[in-house]
Amino acid sequence: MLSVENLHASYGAILALKGVSIAVNEGELVALIGVNGAGKSTLLSTIAGVLRPLAGKIIFRGESLIGKSPEEIVRKGISLVPEGREIFSSLTVEENLRMGAFVRNNRLEYQRDLETIFALFPILKQRLHQLGGTLSGGEQQQLAIARALMSHPSLLMLDEPSLGLAPALVDQIFELITRLHQQGTTILLVEQNVDRTLQIADRVYLLQTGKVKFSGTAAEVRHQGEVEKVYLGGVE
Amino acid sequence: MLSVEFLLNAITLGSLCALLALGLVIVYGILKLVNFAYGELIMITGYTLYLLNTSLQLPWLVMALAGVLVAMFTSYSTELVAFRPVRTKSLTAMLITSFAVSTLLQNAALLLISPRARAVPLPKLFSASLTVMGIAIPWRNILTVVTSLVLLIALTVLLKKTILGIALRAAADNFRMTRLMGVPANVVISSAFVISGLLAGIVGLFWVGRTASVTPTIGGGPLLIAFVATVIGGMNSLVGAVVGGYIYGVIFSFLGVMLPQTLLDYREAFMFLVVILILLFRPEGLIRGAGTGERVG
Repeated sequence: MLSVENLHASYGAILALKGVSIAVNEGELVALIGVNGAGKSTLLSTIAGVLRPLAGKIIFRGESLIGKSPEEIVRKGISLVPEGREIFSSLTVEENLRMGAFVRNNRLEYQRDLETIFALFPILKQRLHQLGGTLSGGEQQQLAIARALMSHPSLLMLDEPSLGLAPALVDQIFELITRLHQQGTTILLVEQNVDRTLQIADRVYLLQTGKVKFSGTAAEVRHQGEVEKVYLGGVE
Repeated sequence: MLSVEFLLNAITLGSLCALLALGLVIVYGILKLVNFAYGELIMITGYTLYLLNTSLQLPWLVMALAGVLVAMFTSYSTELVAFRPVRTKSLTAMLITSFAVSTLLQNAALLLISPRARAVPLPKLFSASLTVMGIAIPWRNILTVVTSLVLLIALTVLLKKTILGIALRAAADNFRMTRLMGVPANVVISSAFVISGLLAGIVGLFWVGRTASVTPTIGGGPLLIAFVATVIGGMNSLVGAVVGGYIYGVIFSFLGVMLPQTLLDYREAFMFLVVILILLFRPEGLIRGAGTGERVG
């Protein structure tokens, strides 16, 4: 579904991606792990069109995404939940969701989608007319994911969804990701919580200083001890 | 002293200031650009009235409509031609561009029309008054207040109920994220400039109506008022702009009756003194908006 080949991108003055290649197949939950600064967020931002790559290819369903604007890419079915949630804090929860459905443009479907969202996130129904900025961190994360789902993405990219949440909420978010995955959503997940991520991901890419250090199934990654090497400073 | 007439004058001025400030802030919220060419939109409205009157002699309402449309179109075109090419560059580049557009439009009026004031047509109603319980209320004031209210209500509905309006507010909150929702950046920015032009155009009708004339530099005063009102109200909030505008109108009118005759010429200096005092206590303005302060890239 998505294939990224030999991607180079810089974040400010730093060359953050130095030839990254990854692939995501339909229905898969693929995780990107690695320490801070490995280039995980830069990779997601580049796929979403927020950053322009210096070189390389991004092919989504047979079509190149290079040079496309973020608004074009979301219309093609890729939705990003960025790090730090970035909900619209001065808009109500409902307005946030309406923005999420901007590319849909169908009033009837919108009402139906809202019901689906409320089933997944009951708290959002209670908070519907509150301003986004008044929600707690966990609620904001749920809103950010719900907003992305409103566009019916074929590929959902989540950047550190558990960051800064209390442990009970982290559980909730991971359960939600599992549920979305089981329902058939294709997910590209960036996470710092490696243990939890390895439990739910189909395949894993381990990034280190802008390159793919290792890739394989979650079991392979655990088995080979690659994670420990990278996270505990075992750089060759 | 605080008569009905005073109140009505204060509200009339306040209404104009509120619309002015709103037009400036709707662009600022999204681009973080104080558009210094904003005042020239009022000049453009004035000259449209003048030119149409000297050439075609149409009914005033038709000319007024044309004046507002020309202001909207000018606002839209300046974005397209001048601001869009430098949008991804530095904020300084945008600011200087807005000065350039302002100077260019003023000089065009100087060269093509005249440095001297030109008469603009006014409807008869502008010089008539309504007498209620012995108090003569100028129709111009009533029209100003009513038009402003209608416009503010219409804009509120637009911004709260329509998807374009919600997208405009979202863009002022977080522009990058708004694009990630699939909202085309150019549509949002163009819309903001068109609304800004609409507000400037309508204020322009009343503004040139005060003296029944237009000069190339007529835009300077309203630009400053809009800027000061947004600073009072808060640069990141549309509600703040409206509140700031009304406060400006009330304080300015109040100074007009409070100050002794000899100090009346210094009314603007006193106005700025009040603004400084407000800012000492509320450096971000009276109403804090959301906005990330992040610039469009």
